[in-house]
Amino acid sequence: MARDKRPVSQRQTWWLLAAALSAFLPLASLLSPWLAVSATAVMLLRGWMTWRQWRLPPKFILVLLTIAATAGVVVEYRTMFGRLPGVALLSAFLALKLLELRGARDAMAVVLLCYFLVLTQFMFTQSIATALMACATVLITTATLAAAADDRPAPAFLLRRAGVLLVQGLPFMLLLFVLFPRVQGPLWGLPQDRTSAVSGLSDNMSPGSIAQLSQSDTIAFRVQFEGKPPPQHTLYWRGPVMPSFDGRSWRVTRFSAVRTVPPFKVSGAKQDYEVTLEPLGKSWVFALDFPDKLPPESAYSEDLQLLSRQPIRARMRYSMSAFPETSVGAGDTPSLIAEALELPRGGNPRTREVAAKWREKYGDNTEAIVAEAENFFLRQLLSYTLNPPLLSEDVIDGFLFDTKRGFCEHFASAFAFALRAAGVPTRIVAGYQGGEINPVDGLLVVRQYDAHAWTEVWLKGRGWVRFDPTAISAPQRIADNFAATAPENDSLPFLARADMAWLRDIRNQMEAATNVWNQWVLGYTPQRQREFLQGLGFKTPDWQEMTAALAALCGLVLLLLTGWILYSRKKLDPAIRQWHKFTARLAKRGVQWHTWEDPLVFAERAASALPAHAENIRGIAHDYANLRYAAPPKNSTADTPLTKLRARIAAFRP
Amino acid sequence: MQQLPALTALGDVVRSANRVILGKDKAIKLALACLLARGHLLIEDLPGVGKTTLAHVLARLLGLDFQRVQFTSDMLPADIVGVSVFDRDSGSFRFHAGPIFTQVVVADEINRATPKTQSALLEAMEERQVTVEGATRPLPEPFFVIATQNPAHQIGTFPLPESQLDRFLIRIELGYPDPAAERELLAGEDRRSMLATLPACMTPAQLIELQQATRKIHAAPALIDYVQAIAAYTRAAPDWHAGLSPRAALGLLAAARAWALLAGRDHVLPEDVQIVLPGIVEHRLRPVDDRTRLGAGDTPSKLIEAVPLP
Repeated sequence: MARDKRPVSQRQTWWLLAAALSAFLPLASLLSPWLAVSATAVMLLRGWMTWRQWRLPPKFILVLLTIAATAGVVVEYRTMFGRLPGVALLSAFLALKLLELRGARDAMAVVLLCYFLVLTQFMFTQSIATALMACATVLITTATLAAAADDRPAPAFLLRRAGVLLVQGLPFMLLLFVLFPRVQGPLWGLPQDRTSAVSGLSDNMSPGSIAQLSQSDTIAFRVQFEGKPPPQHTLYWRGPVMPSFDGRSWRVTRFSAVRTVPPFKVSGAKQDYEVTLEPLGKSWVFALDFPDKLPPESAYSEDLQLLSRQPIRARMRYSMSAFPETSVGAGDTPSLIAEALELPRGGNPRTREVAAKWREKYGDNTEAIVAEAENFFLRQLLSYTLNPPLLSEDVIDGFLFDTKRGFCEHFASAFAFALRAAGVPTRIVAGYQGGEINPVDGLLVVRQYDAHAWTEVWLKGRGWVRFDPTAISAPQRIADNFAATAPENDSLPFLARADMAWLRDIRNQMEAATNVWNQWVLGYTPQRQREFLQGLGFKTPDWQEMTAALAALCGLVLLLLTGWILYSRKKLDPAIRQWHKFTARLAKRGVQWHTWEDPLVFAERAASALPAHAENIRGIAHDYANLRYAAPPKNSTADTPLTKLRARIAAFRP
Repeated sequence: MQQLPALTALGDVVRSANRVILGKDKAIKLALACLLARGHLLIEDLPGVGKTTLAHVLARLLGLDFQRVQFTSDMLPADIVGVSVFDRDSGSFRFHAGPIFTQVVVADEINRATPKTQSALLEAMEERQVTVEGATRPLPEPFFVIATQNPAHQIGTFPLPESQLDRFLIRIELGYPDPAAERELLAGEDRRSMLATLPACMTPAQLIELQQATRKIHAAPALIDYVQAIAAYTRAAPDWHAGLSPRAALGLLAAARAWALLAGRDHVLPEDVQIVLPGIVEHRLRPVDDRTRLGAGDTPSKLIEAVPLP
């Protein structure tokens, strides 16, 4: 390779620039701005230099630039190792390598770097769009590789050739995808990168925290129901349970999953469903009330939060059954009940006053108190809005008596506070409510803006019963989906607006495609691979067996190809084979026959190069040309001239 | 291959032509090959390099009648094919044959005429007959058009469209003579007077005999494959606007046969194809990246080196 000193032509440079840009741009948004901008600038500068046919910068400048880039990456990321610094370093080197295109070897280095950078994209996202983009980049890079060999053909021709090559690689790709031993989980799931971008429910709730989620249309999970989906107002996807209140925020207190078997007996009708939970980086496994069996690797906490053993960093699929009529927690421990009554010492005097009146009026009749509280909420004429006014101190009083405008967390928080003040055990439950059926594939899609908070009230003899105070003032929020009920002037995620019907159609299509992709491509886990291979007849597929099968199949394909090539070689005219033997011998003496060259013309050239054998060379070429191109003699056996040629060539030793 | 007397005459034609037109052996042979393959010839070059002289010399040496037509921008089709004139004595129309009714038409500076006039000639080239006022009149046999044209970028030219260029079997360029030939030309006799005294080397009957012999030159299957591969390559490769037509492929084979005959062989070699190839393809293949329409010049070598011998 080092000896390959062919210069890189202008056309090849354009190709290399295109490949480098297509490999780099998808990564640019991940890098720190100064790096992205300066790498792009270097590539554009290189384009300008190519256009004006400037000379490349001298070596010492490149050395300085390389040192500067490396130092910059180290300063920016504090390390040279890891995913992001690695990609940053490679991108910088790619840009700088373009300034050093002196020979075919440099061009090859750029091409290889491009192929590698394509791969690194998948360390960050694995969506369909990424895959399509990567395909485009691979196509351009492969065309660049073809251009590196021969830059004369037009771009469309090179792209087509690259496409053909990639399509030919498809069987091998499928084989590798299906058979290559899988590793559990994402290889590069570094925690902080994975979750930093994802918003979602957290372990505390203060005014405004869920309203913030209402601006995000990111998908939280998808649900496939067995049979007809249940009505919208029953879809409460239970998540964090928050019993502790400090006057402003509600908090989760129990994080340990202790019960792998549900601590209650299910009853009533059953609804089967399957959830595909996006990796939200938290432990909550969202489910309808209440399951008979828990998904693997998950368990209930004491206050019935369904928790996964590990924060969920890879897409998770689980099948469950819901029994909505089940009652839970009738026999809960006194400590749990006591916790559900705790209130901060002071604050919100007006609410406390109202609650004290209820307590006076109904005493221990908790159900009556709850009914009274619902009545009170109705009388206060509270309104539901995504943009509630800000509240400073005494947030409950402020909401119930002054502003009277709030989002679900205001409702739930006020309701729970009031009931506690009246001596009724209450806790906040956060999760998602409703969702939207995608008409394309019939799946229920639950998004971040479906996030919701409601209350559970402990009633003697009945256990924890769900009350949703939001439903008192804004019943449509619960009956219909979130987007349809948002007040006119509130800001909504762009795609949630009902008047964007055609855009929503497109989105529905895309999301259905994404789901298929998630299920069949990204969801091809070791588990699925094992099932699939068992279906194919492997009894206990382990990685050794899979590797053996892989090697055997690839070998078989290669063997077939080789056989085919050998077979088509067999059909060569015997005269041509003799001729190839003859030209191979001359090639060893430094006289190369071009495949397009007329035998007699070649013979003249060879004869003048090897005058000692001139007569022999001319004679053989003449015999061969006669054999191939002259009219066959009428009255002699067909292979006499061939035998003669064979003998002559066999005796020919230049 | 039996020795035809016509074949010796052919050798004389080449030798005599070489005496008048100095240093252009290959161009002369290509022109002859074109005529032997029953094709029409297009000579394209700058004024003054001997295009018309070559046309005259060929006509004279082959012993054919010839007419020279100088094409101008105000010429009409009737100036070429002829016109019917009312004859008062007989009381009827009488056809006055135009200059096209001859064995060799030397169409000088064909691209100076308007497309309408050009097409009158080009129609005659393909059909070898002329239809005037309802009567179809056959042209004499043999019939050749030797057209000359100035490079397209010269002022006052109407470039021939591709479809009409395709009717010319071979296009040759003469180019400036090399120093030795030019010195000899300057020192030697006046070409015009040489032309006047040039004796014919061949009879029309002999020429027809040679044309028939050309058609009988053996083209082996391997060679047919080669010609086909060349045509197929021009169609698949992205370098040209359009590939070679089947007519062009037929012409390539016919010209290669004629070249083999000139070389005294009874079969065609790939070399014959490669030698005549530039004259056949240069006016037919327009390179995609050629914005000047002057021909990039590397088309034939690119083509030859791209197609391996089958």
